[in-house]
Amino acid sequence: MGKRVSLFVTCLGDQLFPNAGMAVVEVLERLGYAVDFPKDQTCCGQPAFNSGYRDEARTVARHFLKTFESSEYIVVPSGSCTSMIGHHFADLFRKEPETLARVETLGRRVFEFATFLTEVANVEDVGARFDGIVTFHDGCHGLRELHIREAPRRLLARVRGLELREMLPAEECCGFGGTFSVKFAELSGAMARTKLEAILQTGANTVVSLDSSCLMQIQGALSRAGSSVRTMHLAEVLASR
Amino acid sequence: MSAGFDKKIHQTLADANLQLAIYTATGRLKDKRSESFAAAAMPDYQELRTQANALKKHAIENLDHYLEEFERNVESHGGKVVYCKDGTEVSDFVLGLAKERGARLIVKSKSMTTEEVDLNERLEHHGLESVETDLGEYILQLAQERPYHIVAPALHKTRFDVAGIFEKQLHVAYETEPEKLSQIARGVLRQKFLDAGIGITGANFLVADSGAVVIVENEGNARLTSTAPKIHIAIAGIEKIIPRAQDLAVFLKLLARSATGQALSVYTSFLSGPRRTDEIDGPDEFYVVLLDNGRTRLLPDRAKRQSLYCIRCAACLNTCPVYRKIGGHSFPWVYSGPIGAIITPQFMGVSHEPGLPFASSLCGACAEVCPVKIDIPQVLLDLRSEVKKSETREKKNRLEKFGYRVFAWMMTHPRAYAWAGWMARHAPVVKVGPVRAWTSQRDLPPMPRQSFRDIWSRR
Repeated sequence: MGKRVSLFVTCLGDQLFPNAGMAVVEVLERLGYAVDFPKDQTCCGQPAFNSGYRDEARTVARHFLKTFESSEYIVVPSGSCTSMIGHHFADLFRKEPETLARVETLGRRVFEFATFLTEVANVEDVGARFDGIVTFHDGCHGLRELHIREAPRRLLARVRGLELREMLPAEECCGFGGTFSVKFAELSGAMARTKLEAILQTGANTVVSLDSSCLMQIQGALSRAGSSVRTMHLAEVLASR
Repeated sequence: MSAGFDKKIHQTLADANLQLAIYTATGRLKDKRSESFAAAAMPDYQELRTQANALKKHAIENLDHYLEEFERNVESHGGKVVYCKDGTEVSDFVLGLAKERGARLIVKSKSMTTEEVDLNERLEHHGLESVETDLGEYILQLAQERPYHIVAPALHKTRFDVAGIFEKQLHVAYETEPEKLSQIARGVLRQKFLDAGIGITGANFLVADSGAVVIVENEGNARLTSTAPKIHIAIAGIEKIIPRAQDLAVFLKLLARSATGQALSVYTSFLSGPRRTDEIDGPDEFYVVLLDNGRTRLLPDRAKRQSLYCIRCAACLNTCPVYRKIGGHSFPWVYSGPIGAIITPQFMGVSHEPGLPFASSLCGACAEVCPVKIDIPQVLLDLRSEVKKSETREKKNRLEKFGYRVFAWMMTHPRAYAWAGWMARHAPVVKVGPVRAWTSQRDLPPMPRQSFRDIWSRR
């Protein structure tokens, strides 16, 4: 194949979850992609955008555009950041038609990691082996803004040794919500504990998701509750052999 | 966020019985809704949503035209249309009419629009008796509370709560059987219907081409309210207008299913004027009050005016993980849940409760179930931006603004960003500000020694 992809590891992934980013690289390289990490990358600007600071978000979005504009494919291990770039960048540049056109072109080349595998690389079996009982948490932005539901499940179904047990409901928010998690900490915590009940009912020992942000919330709540259930990014499961 | 908002959220979260009541009741409504829209039950559901959205969009964009058409048709049937800009005008109209006709007792069926303008309080202030006849609303009127939920107003009350309220307010024996409780309410309310001089209802739809007010309900109290007294006044927001009677084929399929999972509500009434000479039932006088109360302020905004498409089904409340935790009374106005979070700041102004548009994880579950496809998260995002603009103008929250300016600078200076990240990961954890808020509920993730870019650069 020898195709190139650029990795946008996300600020959270870069600073707090480097193993998930490395797992993305491992899976992509295993599939024959040359992975490039544009070193000027930082954040997509979502924290500012979701907090109502559009000017500041626009500044960060411009930086992202400059950093990734020459990339053929941009792979992002987060549904939420992918949606920010693919959908909400356009909201920021409504009054700048030229930038808007560039942002829309960029948006078509940005792929959430699982979707990239199933739709661009066109694979379901990445040769992974993972012995464990897994439950999958749908991140809200991936699910409702990008309509990603089947891709991760199809990938997980092909992992040797893995048993997937769906939680009820899998699609209910974990309560993270970015700055919401600290602005409305008590409410966010209550939402996390409801999510925890659904997770624990499955008897799974691992919670998998497409977003490290949801996993940080779920892991934090699991850990506080003294549970031994662990969280893993989908890429980490797919990188296991 | 105001301290009051924060406190109400805390109180609701801390009340274990209330938490269970809200979660169970909304869960039941949510599940029934899902069943009623299952592909096997309704294969054209998504197509209906698209049509409903297009019809509402068209109606709102041509509001002046359809309101005038509606008015002409109501008047041709012998009814009268009254335009009111706010609650004072509504109560002045009702009070004036009551005085002229010598009415002292008013029966009311469920109406969020009248809640919006505190109609009962205004009427009672002038010595009239105004009685709610929807069972849930009646319970709350006795308990002196406002609705907890748009469709199920007393959703937070258990039958034991109701037993206590009836015992105290109606001086009846403590009775916890739901059937017996309804019999008690029915006993009181039947006489009220017979004695009332005026019946006030809301409206689910105002049909322009036929001048009809359409009311959807399950208890039959709205039908009694609109037919037993000599005068019927329907009070509705101007956004309730739909162009044609045939459009109801779309909306009636969606409304009850979205609200309660019923294919159709028990009663659907089409009221288009006073009793005609050859009819047995119906009022002698028929009025439709069309209320603005801030609605026209939404019209110029191309994106946000979709908030006026709402048909008040409350599906967004039942599915909302925030509403299901904080309930209805945490919200600063009568409209609660996701729809409340977008219309309250627009009707009342963003500084009414600046924290409100932020009380959402932006999960989007509301938009997914909205039968008229209101993009609630998008409107919330727009409102958040408006709140921050207004704070900047008023020089409020300046530290946060400064923080985001630093954020934007940092995120456009990769080396500064990498350095700040290193510092954050290596510095001892100090539990202040956001870290304190985070750790009040959850543990922090272990801090990796190296960032991804550190590992990458050494590959």
